[in-house]
Formats: sequence, C-alpha cells, structure tokens
Amino acid sequence: MTKKTIKMAALLLVSTALVAGCGKKKVDNLPPAAEGTDYGQAANDPNAMGAGQIMPGSQEDFLQQVGQFGDRILFETDRFNVDAEDQAILQRQAQWLAQYPSTRITVEGHADERGTRDYNLALGERRANAAKNFLVSIGVDASRIRTVSFGKERPSALGSDEQAWAQNRRAVTVTIR
Amino acid sequence: MSPFVFNRKLASFLLLFLGAQAAMAQTPPPASDEPELVEFDTAKTRSIAVPALVAPSPVDTPAGNSAALGRQIAEVISANLRASGVFETQGPNGLRAIGLAEVTAPQFGYWKARPVEQLVQGFVRVGGDGNLTVGCYLYDVGFGSETTRLGFNVPPRDWRRAAHKCADAIYSRLTGELPFFDSRIAYIAESGPKNKRIKRLAIMDSDGANHRFITNGQSTALTPRFSPNYKSILYLSYVDGNPRIYVYDIDSGRQRLITQSSGPTFAPRWSPDGQTILYSMAVSGNTDVYKISASGNGTPVKLTSSPGIDVGGSFSPDGRQIVFESDRSGSQQIYVMNADGSNQRRISFGGGRYATPEWSPRADLIAFTRIAGDFRVGTMRPDGSGERLLTNSWQDEAPTWAPNGRVIQFFRTAKGSGKTSIWQVDLTGSNERQLPTPVDGSDPAWGPVLP
Repeated sequence: MTKKTIKMAALLLVSTALVAGCGKKKVDNLPPAAEGTDYGQAANDPNAMGAGQIMPGSQEDFLQQVGQFGDRILFETDRFNVDAEDQAILQRQAQWLAQYPSTRITVEGHADERGTRDYNLALGERRANAAKNFLVSIGVDASRIRTVSFGKERPSALGSDEQAWAQNRRAVTVTIR
Repeated sequence: MSPFVFNRKLASFLLLFLGAQAAMAQTPPPASDEPELVEFDTAKTRSIAVPALVAPSPVDTPAGNSAALGRQIAEVISANLRASGVFETQGPNGLRAIGLAEVTAPQFGYWKARPVEQLVQGFVRVGGDGNLTVGCYLYDVGFGSETTRLGFNVPPRDWRRAAHKCADAIYSRLTGELPFFDSRIAYIAESGPKNKRIKRLAIMDSDGANHRFITNGQSTALTPRFSPNYKSILYLSYVDGNPRIYVYDIDSGRQRLITQSSGPTFAPRWSPDGQTILYSMAVSGNTDVYKISASGNGTPVKLTSSPGIDVGGSFSPDGRQIVFESDRSGSQQIYVMNADGSNQRRISFGGGRYATPEWSPRADLIAFTRIAGDFRVGTMRPDGSGERLLTNSWQDEAPTWAPNGRVIQFFRTAKGSGKTSIWQVDLTGSNERQLPTPVDGSDPAWGPVLP
C-alpha cells in the first residue's frame, strides 16, 4: 500500500466512525493530554465552549479552522519526511497561527506499537521536529513551537493492524493556552 | 552494613565451604577470551528433595514463627531451583518432617527409595539478638555424602534472602554456574486502557516477591535500571512533561536529573562500576549516545555523531566497550564501539531489524530484540556470530540478563490488547515462564547478586 492509500484509509476509517457515532464537532480520538499542557480539557471546558461558542485562538478554534485531522500529519514506518500532503496540512496550521501570533504550540511526535521503546522515543522526536522545521520554514517563529515525543506510549488508534498503526505514526499540533 | 553477617559459631564447621563460596560471590565474572555457549543438559534434570528446615524449639519472630519460616524457606529454595529449569524438586509439601539430628546425618536409604538424587536439609535457629541463623546442607543421595553446607545470620525480615542464598549455593555447586537468585528486578508496572496506560516504577525480588511500587503513576515512568549497588535507579519520567532521565535515590525517595539539557534524554544505563551513566539525547530531532559522570557534576561526552538515530547502549562488563543501536544503515542494527566512541562497527547482519542490545555480565554474549515480522529475543557473540533466537511470540522485547549471564528476562506485549507481562527464559530457549506481578509489567532490568 502506498503511504497516501494508507493515510486515506486511516482517515476514512476514523471519519466513518465519527459520522456514525457522534455530532460533527466532537472529535473523540484526540490523544490524551500531555502533562504540562491542558489542551485535553479544551473540548470539555464550558468557558471555552460557551453555549456553542468557540473562543477565537482556542484549541477548539484551531481544530475547527484546520479541519478534521488537520491537526496532524502521518508517516510511513520508520520515516519522518514531510510530503506534499503533509505540507498542505501544516500550511493551514501556519495560517491559523499567523492570526494568533501570541499563541504557542506543542508538536507531539508519536510512533506505532511495532517498534522498540527507546527507538520509538527517538523516532517521535524526529517526527515532531520534522513538522516543527516545516512550520518554521514557512514563517512560524521557532520560539512558539515546543516538541515532545511520546514514542509508542500514547496510541490514537487502539488496534494491532496496519490501519491503526498508520494513524499512530503521527505528529500532532496542540495549542498551549 | 550487609544484613548478611557470617555467624562465627557456625564458622568452624562451615569454614571449608564458605571460603570458596565467599570468593565466588565477590569476584566479578571473568571475561572469557574465547566465547563459549554452555548449554544446560535439560534432558538430565536432577531431582532434588527439599524437606522443611528444622526449627529446634520454635519461637515467634517479627516474620512469623520459626517453624513456619523453616517450611517457607524450604518452599523458596524448592521454587528457585525448579524455576531455573535445571532441576525437578520435591517438597517441602508431601515430604515427611525431619529431626534436628537428621540434618547432619541424613537417612540416605530412605531418600534413595523416593527416588531423589540430591537432598537439601537445614535448620532455622533464633538467636538471643532476635536474628535467624539458617543452616543449609546439600547431600548427594547416590554417593551418600555431603556436597556442601552454608550458614547465614539474617534479620527475620530477610528470611527469603537466606533461602535465595541457599538455593544459589546449591545451583552453583551442581551446575558450575555463578549464582543469581539473590538479586532484584526493577520494572514498569502497567495498568489502564491501551491509549492511557498508567506506568509506575516498581521493584521486586528476582522471583517476584517483596514487590514495591515506587512512583504513583501520575507521570509516565519508563525503562528503569538498578545501580550496581542497588542504592538508586535510573529511569525515564514525564514528570515535567518531557521525557527525561532521573536518578532516584531509594533511601531518601528523592530524584534528580542526570543532566540539565534542553533536549529529551532517554535509554539510560549504568557502567558496570556505577561511576558513569550512558544515555541517549535528541537535539533538534537527532538522537545520539552520550555518557556522563554519575556524580552529577560532570560534562556530557557525546559518543556518536551519525545523522541517523543512535540510541540505547550497554557497557561490556570490563567497561571498555559499548554495544548500541543505530539506523545509520537505513534500519535499526547493532553496533559496538570503544567506550570513548571510537571504532564504531556494525555486528548484526542476519536480516530484519535488531534493537535493544544488552551485554551479558559474563561478557560472552549480547542479547537483543530482532524485528522481522514478529519481535523475538535472541543472543549473539560480541563479534555478531552465533546468533540464536530464544523466544517466539508476537512481540517479545528488551532482554535483561540475570547476574550470572545464563538466564534472560524480557517483556511480552499481547497483540490487540497491548497487555504486557514479564517472562524469563534460559539460553537454550527452554524453560520459558512468566513472572508473577500484581499488574501488567514491562521494561524489566535485572540487578547484580546482592552484596
């Protein structure tokens, strides 16, 4: 399978589940909050949400503006290159970031479960930095971007199959409030 | 001060054996020039009877009545020897009680008829200071003669260590291998769903007893390593939101970063003398292997500089070489270098990916994870020859050596559920068994034989 096919299949799979299972705004396969960040609460924070209102510059706003899965780019096994598809996703993120120049982000790098623990930590670092480097190359100030690797510790998809692994090899952009 | 104080009263009649035993326990394993693979002859497992140790005039101790301790010590000796895979054991359940006089004058005729080849007998006495004196005797039933004897003074709470020491002496005497039962394991206790695992630092004896959680699970903990003196543990924690290596001091419960760095640090290892810490650090996404003084005052020394991922690493027992993992060739492979970073050379060429190399304390072998479809644990010589795979499951990972270099522990991940468990296997790939842990377990790290 080509990378594109895998990515499409992975995203299609989740999209279908989302359409079938929940309202259109709710994205329930977000990774859990990293320690030291509080983006995980954003989706449930009544102050951020208001009554159906989304606070401009918030994580919710970011997710809405970049579109479904626009917060993440996916990678092939052991790879960390940012291809044209990934660049388009990161471009949209950069556009949003340009609107909120005081907002900082964390780029989380992840690996699938089919790797050894330490290597996956290193691989997650490579992926987070690849995404960061592209964002910087298109004008986002490097000082606004923090990176962290979770290796294989925080899978997004829970299966042990190629579709799940394709979703888990990812770099996810998360706003820091 | 070691809890093991040699009993002078026992000295006169235990002197012969103990001299040899103490020397064996203190001397680090010799580095062999010519690597050799010793195989246990599993077809000839030897049958050993272990009746309950005799407690003359039983007394209560903080760890229970000494008569009960006599039985429990026999149970641990029996379980240790059985778990080694080399022996079949009988008792103490199902064996008749023996008298004190019998400890030094076994009824060989009776045991021959069981039938057993070896007999372990002993006693537990409670001294005026409240400590236990444990005597342990090994007899060859066929020859009708004493093979060895051993005695220890221990506080009652350390009764299991006396049992391990006795089992170690018997194992060493009968196999010619160095001891390993009296040692401890650091590992990661896992619980919770796959996408939100709670991972806690925990420690236990090599047989799973005396289990203790060290961290509370609020921060993810990974990859612990006991210091050679068991006083501290190197491990990775996300406590500040980033993966970083800390040295945790077991007595004080305090921890510190091994180095102030902007980049994440991971994959920690001690040098065999405990003076140096090996670790990996990513700078702008590129991971290399570094070392730093364990004192906390040193400057990091960068040992690798390839643009690929150079990660992990494990010192040879003499501290002169380091085996590590690198994907500089395009995929994860195993490399050896001198401890100063010079002379880096690849040693794995068997096809597939190779990861998590770990140098045996006996110097003769390197254990690894081989990734070719499934993940399997294997060993090779330090020059890359003689590769053998010891396990065959969906995902076996991260081998760690018993202090005698003859048994390996690793962890196994289940497909789908992601549940993990700690397993042990000997160098023939036989005698695979799961270690008992209160919850799931991963990242085992075996420490040396206790002082």
